[in-house]
Amino acid sequence: MSKKIEIKKVDGITRESTQAMIDKSLEVYTEKARKKRVPHLAPNDQASGSACVKSNKKTIPGVMSARGCAYAGAKGVVWGPIRDMVHVSHGPVGCGWYSWGTRRNLMSGINGVNQFAMQFTSDFQEKDIVYGGDKKLKTLLAEAHDLFPLAKGISVLSECPVGLIGDDINSVAKQSAKELDIPIIPCNCEGFRGVSQSLGHHISNDTIRDYIIGTREFPEPIGPYDIALLGEYNIGGDAWSTKPLLEECGFNVKSVWTGDGEMEKIAATHQVKLNVIHCYRSMNYMCKVMEEKYGIPWIELNFFGPTKIRESLRQLAELFDDHIKAKVEAVIAKYDPLMQAVIDEYKPRLDNKTVMLYVGGLRPRHTVNAYQDLGMTVVGSGYEFAHSDDYDRTAAEMPDATVIYDDITEHEFEQFADNLKPDLIGSGIKEKYLFQKMGIPFRQMHSWDYSGPYHGYLGFPTFAKDVDMAINSPTWKLVKSPF
Amino acid sequence: MANALGLEMKPVSEDDPAEVERVKNWINTEEYKEKNFARQALVINPAHACQPLGAELAAHGFEGSLPFVHGSQGCASYYRSTLNRHFREPAPAVSDSMTEDGAVFGGQANLHEGLENAYTIYKPKMMPIFTSCMPEIIGDDLTAFIKNAKNKGVIPADFPTPYANTPSFNGSHIHGYDAMLLSILQTLTEGKQVEGRCTGKLNLIAGFDANTGNYREYKRILEAFGIPYTFLADISETFDSPLDGHYKIYPGGTKLDDAADSINGKATLALGSYSTAKTYGWIKEGYSGKHAVMPMPFGVAKTDAFIMKIAELFGKPIPESLKAERGRAVDAITDAHQYMHGKKFALYGDPDYLLGYVSFLLEMGAIPYHILCSKGTKKLEKEIQALLDASLDGKGCTIYMNKDLWHLRSLVVTDPVDGIIGDTHGKFAARDAGIPLFRFGFPNFDRVNLHRYPLIGYSGAINMLTAICNKFLDIKDETCEERFFEMMR
Repeated sequence: MSKKIEIKKVDGITRESTQAMIDKSLEVYTEKARKKRVPHLAPNDQASGSACVKSNKKTIPGVMSARGCAYAGAKGVVWGPIRDMVHVSHGPVGCGWYSWGTRRNLMSGINGVNQFAMQFTSDFQEKDIVYGGDKKLKTLLAEAHDLFPLAKGISVLSECPVGLIGDDINSVAKQSAKELDIPIIPCNCEGFRGVSQSLGHHISNDTIRDYIIGTREFPEPIGPYDIALLGEYNIGGDAWSTKPLLEECGFNVKSVWTGDGEMEKIAATHQVKLNVIHCYRSMNYMCKVMEEKYGIPWIELNFFGPTKIRESLRQLAELFDDHIKAKVEAVIAKYDPLMQAVIDEYKPRLDNKTVMLYVGGLRPRHTVNAYQDLGMTVVGSGYEFAHSDDYDRTAAEMPDATVIYDDITEHEFEQFADNLKPDLIGSGIKEKYLFQKMGIPFRQMHSWDYSGPYHGYLGFPTFAKDVDMAINSPTWKLVKSPF
Repeated sequence: MANALGLEMKPVSEDDPAEVERVKNWINTEEYKEKNFARQALVINPAHACQPLGAELAAHGFEGSLPFVHGSQGCASYYRSTLNRHFREPAPAVSDSMTEDGAVFGGQANLHEGLENAYTIYKPKMMPIFTSCMPEIIGDDLTAFIKNAKNKGVIPADFPTPYANTPSFNGSHIHGYDAMLLSILQTLTEGKQVEGRCTGKLNLIAGFDANTGNYREYKRILEAFGIPYTFLADISETFDSPLDGHYKIYPGGTKLDDAADSINGKATLALGSYSTAKTYGWIKEGYSGKHAVMPMPFGVAKTDAFIMKIAELFGKPIPESLKAERGRAVDAITDAHQYMHGKKFALYGDPDYLLGYVSFLLEMGAIPYHILCSKGTKKLEKEIQALLDASLDGKGCTIYMNKDLWHLRSLVVTDPVDGIIGDTHGKFAARDAGIPLFRFGFPNFDRVNLHRYPLIGYSGAINMLTAICNKFLDIKDETCEERFFEMMR
């Protein structure tokens, strides 16, 4: 993929101006904190194609970080969206309560019958800490099976205390799985592990590898166009855009990981011919496992905005025969004019507007071009929990010399925004109201701000409409009072 | 073929539609309800959060105060985002990001580095410190850690660092609120009691209350009396700050000097005995002046009691404006009583709120039919029962203590009611039962601006009955047969 990169420049942004902005933002820090933060903030070197910042390191104590924990990565991201399993937040009541319905990974099915978007917890009390929670876990697994007979399996997601008091959830899960005759997956994703949500993704991938994959097989024969879609979490219905799109291109999407996911189909994914991954950060581990163990190749695609969708579909078609190639071209030809109409409507309203992004592990690079499709420029981007390989992939997407930030603190973010004066910020709920108080339009880019889908051809018109709504809402004109 | 763990391979199965239909009907049956109520270990859809969330709310209620979570950073992100979503406002707070090495070596190094960084970067006037699970389990000694931090010069010796142990495996958010508020007041008032001094003010404590409208309503009532006051843990500016193009990290809260001087108050009034128990217990022993704890003033009778108590504490007459306000509320209530009379409700929430709902409903002639608390006590049960026993409409109502919203679902589908009073989390049960949900409680993630409408006081009673009656009338208009669709209601 040694494509020649077209170097993008932004008026008024140079390596020097960006570095000066970074230095200034760090002035207030202690010497020690500054030293720790310096490697995480840098101007982009677009031509290099490699990371300009350090990442996946511990957050400095006492700064306002947006990061979550391993449990959040396991419950919220990887396991939680599987719709036909009971996911038990094992430990005190809070973790499960805070993560209950707050990610917008939508699900089909009937709540409490064959879909379980609920808050299941062992609600640890003092006595469970003192005497251990294994007995309680065993009882509650049986109760869950009894009350929810259509649940295909149960995941047990450990919260901090479980690992600290030395409970053995693995042995309880093993025993109960045998007695109840359903898969019960122990996931040691205590929040204190690792430096962010990221380790929770990895731990969850490992448990899928150990307990799920290869335990089911599709009853029907496998065809040449059978693929799986990984790293698609169905935020605001994203998978209900991407899955039909791939099907329109001639593929059979045998399983989606894990948005609106079904446990048994995930378990039979080792049979597919190709894994298509969207969120690389949270699921590349399983792609690599399936490649090594089952020889399944994988490809990373981008479903944000018509340019990237077109590119992605063609890349995908390259791996298949003329039948698929023809179908893909037909799909592109069908949607291109529709997308052009969206661009024609919104680009005049958004041309030359600027955006700053700070999201989880994928969107800070994957959405850059979607804004560009609308005539906008991303002038700063960064991740909560990305690793070096994510920043490598970011370099070419972002304009040269724009600021790249890893695990940004609220102080730095505020300073950068004040300096760059973007027309829009796309980040999370903890950042949203801060910037809106500053009078800067904002969209939550983890959850699509209660809208969506944003993926695929179905998503782009909604994305464009929302970005326009945020930036051009007349409400912002009221911020400055006449008196 | 077998997988990594040698687990057996089975075919992918599809749900049998007949079986789905059977289970769908089954979960609405008495038989299922019994099974559901027989649960011993599994908690499903609990209506309470953990202690540190409440601690953070209390910590946000003071001038220049930066809540500081000693524990894992994910916890802090969860509390913050909950408050962000409920208020649609910023909730600046920090954590000291403890990780695995903290579990081995203890959290002192993280705490010290965290205090130094937060103090330097965010320039707070106070950092209330509270704990999430990890330090509670490994047994961190906050007293010693903070003392060491000050001895080492990490933060100035006189910088206020109240701290509270708020283990998540004990109590709920209301207890964390209480523990944190107690520690803040103990810290700020230390050495401030002056023999013979009286501020002439009322100290008011709202309890765990995430309705900024309530705070403003309390103030308005006190201002009508012309009584000077110090509102302790006043979150009304923090979580309802103006949008004017400038972000202020500390937009309001009780002035620290006022809080310090509160120990010399003329009187102290705590509202909500369940979320202020420890704080009030301490105030009663140590604060100058008179003290009282009362239920939150939901409905007319409880508001009357609140207003008379203020008049009594300050020896002031009840202002004419409040008398007129009472009259207007009673007018609104009698005008609308016919739309609520005899209607049955399921209610759940924090103890102090629950008591308020029960008295308001009984006052309206409505029936608090299923009363559920997911973290309550025998004392609360008795107190609610006393309210029920005192009313004709209280007969046949049942209290479910320490039950969750999956229990509530069984109740509303097997023994129907006309509406649910609770918070956003009740929307699944409400939808399944086909009845409206009134989001008077915390949190509200799915409707706008509700926290700006007071529920306490006379105007709170009007707000609640307006929301309820008009919703019932909307439903009637939307669902009635054509021939019964009429101009007037």
